[in-house]
Amino acid sequence: MIRVTRRLEFSAAHFYHNPNLSAEENRRIFGKCNNLHGHGHNYVLEVTVAGEPDPATGMVLDLKELKDILQREVAERLDHRHLNYEVPELAGQIPTCENVARLIWQLLEPKINQGRLDRVRVYESPDLFADCTAEADGQPVGAVGE
Amino acid sequence: MSRLLKLSLTRRYRFAASHRLYSPAFSEQENQRLYGKCGNPYGHGHNYILEVTLSAPVDPQTGMVANLGELDPFVEREILEPFDQKYLNEQVDEFRASVPTAENLCREIYRRLEKFPAARLERVRIEETSNNSFEYAG
Repeated sequence: MIRVTRRLEFSAAHFYHNPNLSAEENRRIFGKCNNLHGHGHNYVLEVTVAGEPDPATGMVLDLKELKDILQREVAERLDHRHLNYEVPELAGQIPTCENVARLIWQLLEPKINQGRLDRVRVYESPDLFADCTAEADGQPVGAVGE
Repeated sequence: MSRLLKLSLTRRYRFAASHRLYSPAFSEQENQRLYGKCGNPYGHGHNYILEVTLSAPVDPQTGMVANLGELDPFVEREILEPFDQKYLNEQVDEFRASVPTAENLCREIYRRLEKFPAARLERVRIEETSNNSFEYAG
């Protein structure tokens, strides 16, 4: 099996605030990420697709197609957006890199039909990233909007 | 559609420390053969990069696997404070009895971080230099 990884950068704003908690609890749990004006990151997405290379093409998948899928599903939704206000799929969720990674998995998984989605890694900064993978000890998650 | 998805969070930290690779269990000649210039008697140092990977069900209240407000102070107390700007051979008790290779450093860091109460420690990864990295997953 071969794993192929494609990167995409996008920039977005967010803040962390849970309306079910008091202002004081929000400050305690989220610290400066609770600044309600928001702040931003240069996110780096790494999408890994696993599979056997097609013997005719030598490729697991057509990277041009993956690039188009990433542009359509991820960049157009998230790039230069405010994740709290402009991404309906994240409504009701705190837009952490964990939740962003899970959303991107949910968006990409049904679109990838050559190879299979192996890992979604979202860097919020060079020192912090979340990985989303399908694992037997994972949590049940439906499709976007389910 | 329903899948079992696992989320993990990885945080990178940095510390600088010196060490010397030398084992009294071996002769001088054996030490020289095994460790080469890493056995220089005065020691040498590295800018270590530590990657800590945790997993847990994402808390719907916070959207998080682990809160950095808890993880950062924990790593600071358990690892950075005792290791940063230190001579590992003499200033970290564990390495009085074992050679402070990056392999042993991975295991010692894993042992210390395994106690983090809020998420499962998946993996510790150390870059000793940009050419050498080491991982330990328990």
